[in-house]
Amino acid sequence: MNEKSITILQLYPRDMNIYGDWGNVLVLKRRLQWHGYTPILIEYNPGDTFPDKVDIIVGGGGQDSGQDAVQKDLLAIGKKLHQHASNGVPMLMICGLYQLFGKFFKAQDGHIIEGIGLLDIETHAGPERLIGNITTKNPEFGDIIGYENHSGQTFLGPNAKPVGQVIKGAGNNGQDDTEGVRFRNVIGTYLHGSLLPKNPSIADFLIEKAATNKYGEFTPTVIEDRFAQRARDIAIKRPR
Amino acid sequence: MTLLPFTTLLGKAVRQIALLRGGGSALPGLFVEKIDPQFIQRTLRQLPRGVVVISGTNGKTTTTKMTVELLEGQGLTVFTNRTGSNFTRGVAAALLGEVDNKGTLAADIAVLELDEAHAVHFVKSVQPRYSLLLNVMRDQLDRFGEIDTTAKLLAKIALATTDTVVLNREDPRIAKIASLLTTQTKAYFGLSPKLLSLFPNDDNIHGEPATLQASQHPADVVLSGLNETDAQFTIDNRVISTSLELKGIYNIYNAAAALALARTILGDAVDETKLIETLSRVTPAFGRGETLTIDGQPLELVLVKNPSGFRLSLSSFKPAGYHTMIAINDNYADGRDMSWLWDVDFDTLRPEGVSTLSGIRAYDMALRLQYDEVETAHVDPDLAASLQYFINNSAGSPKRIFCTYTAMLALRRELAKITDVEVIS
Repeated sequence: MNEKSITILQLYPRDMNIYGDWGNVLVLKRRLQWHGYTPILIEYNPGDTFPDKVDIIVGGGGQDSGQDAVQKDLLAIGKKLHQHASNGVPMLMICGLYQLFGKFFKAQDGHIIEGIGLLDIETHAGPERLIGNITTKNPEFGDIIGYENHSGQTFLGPNAKPVGQVIKGAGNNGQDDTEGVRFRNVIGTYLHGSLLPKNPSIADFLIEKAATNKYGEFTPTVIEDRFAQRARDIAIKRPR
Repeated sequence: MTLLPFTTLLGKAVRQIALLRGGGSALPGLFVEKIDPQFIQRTLRQLPRGVVVISGTNGKTTTTKMTVELLEGQGLTVFTNRTGSNFTRGVAAALLGEVDNKGTLAADIAVLELDEAHAVHFVKSVQPRYSLLLNVMRDQLDRFGEIDTTAKLLAKIALATTDTVVLNREDPRIAKIASLLTTQTKAYFGLSPKLLSLFPNDDNIHGEPATLQASQHPADVVLSGLNETDAQFTIDNRVISTSLELKGIYNIYNAAAALALARTILGDAVDETKLIETLSRVTPAFGRGETLTIDGQPLELVLVKNPSGFRLSLSSFKPAGYHTMIAINDNYADGRDMSWLWDVDFDTLRPEGVSTLSGIRAYDMALRLQYDEVETAHVDPDLAASLQYFINNSAGSPKRIFCTYTAMLALRRELAKITDVEVIS
């Protein structure tokens, strides 16, 4: 067993796992091993004790019912998540938890579901689901390839920076060509597919930040990403 | 004036042309839908024992085939849409093949498998006398958005049913539908507590087996035991053992569903000995564990289309001794989103590795296996070339292909060039 360990916290795997979000955790686990670290996975569900030491936090998408089930608990741990974000802990929040990391979600009937406000975004229930293959671009990560499936339309506040600029697909709201939001080392995005397998540069970004935070340095090994490259080449050409 | 004979003759002519051109089953149905939207309703209304609708995420085709054969074994003449074309136009196309030129359908009862979304549309014009709801799993979320949305579609089918709704009591989203039903009779099929862990519902897909709890609903038919060759069903507190031709534990649970449905339809007139005898001889539906022969060796086609189905297939069909190929397409009928592959655990393939990966998304599958550290010998999106490679490199061994829907259709066409493949028209 390698003595350098990295702890991944998976937020609400029981209620928020609907679009293959498990794939993101698996990719982090394996790549950590391949880079020479021992991954430790902690699953956090509503009512659990929030662990003291975490290095990466990952959360997924859920159904509306799952979102209701976790919302109260999320508000209760919100302060801890803010602290971790300020300390540079890398996080990846997909779809439903991306929305709840924002200020609020306004449902179709007008009622407001409060978020933890870690990301400067607000989300409004839209008239139709935005569904399909999506490609965005980011100077740091290159082309980001995934699949989106959301009815919420997310709008960025004045200080929020998007993760990607939409090349093909709808993105945050189908109107302003932004997708996702980045705050320090926190990435919120609508992309699943799963996201990390076909976007190893984002996986390695999260790992690099976690390793640097904990050990002061990160020396990557070269990982054979040939299949990821071929899968990207094909995904990018598929119809919406 | 009635359009009926006109519709029938014209529709039949289109069907003949479509068959000659080697086309699919849907085109003539689409044609009839357009020129005579009442055709299906009017034709099915003649049936003395009404219409049965079977829906749910997994197992529709096999359960429909079983139910049809169980009822035929009891002497009924049954109309069904056996092409697996489970949209309304598939029903219209199947009807065209069966009605005489006056539009009369010589059958006692219709047993139809319907896709969840199309079933809702269908039951608005044709109210089923019986319906069977199998399960709700994450599937085609690119079409339905959420699992709970799919459950709502199934509830509409239940509410449109005039006599009895047969429900899977172990699937919480299905069992919950019972509370909505006030005028319908309810019947259940289920599992004995010790078998629950073999059939995770969608909430258990990443959950803990400890949460599994036997349902309180009394079930008409319970699957109470199974091993390699036999299954035990508990019916009215009697345990009945039988051997089965069907493979795959999910097919065997579907047998409990088909038994419960057939018993509901037949009532006191059921010949139970005959029923079980018929069940023991039912073979898998096409592409659902169907076995072909290549160079004297079996080649099994196993349709996979969502995480729970793929998981159950992997646990039902053991890889030891087999060469394995996986073909993943992402056409509309397969689902465009590849997320589902990441909800399946491929550890069981690690010892043997996988011989060939193919389909439009072959590299997505290769990537998925890379992260489960399963070795892949050959990757090529071209299905025909990959099939050839797979057969050449597995000579003298049993073979198995896990494939998505459109990949399965394409592979069957290729396989028909080199071996006997049942034609589904």
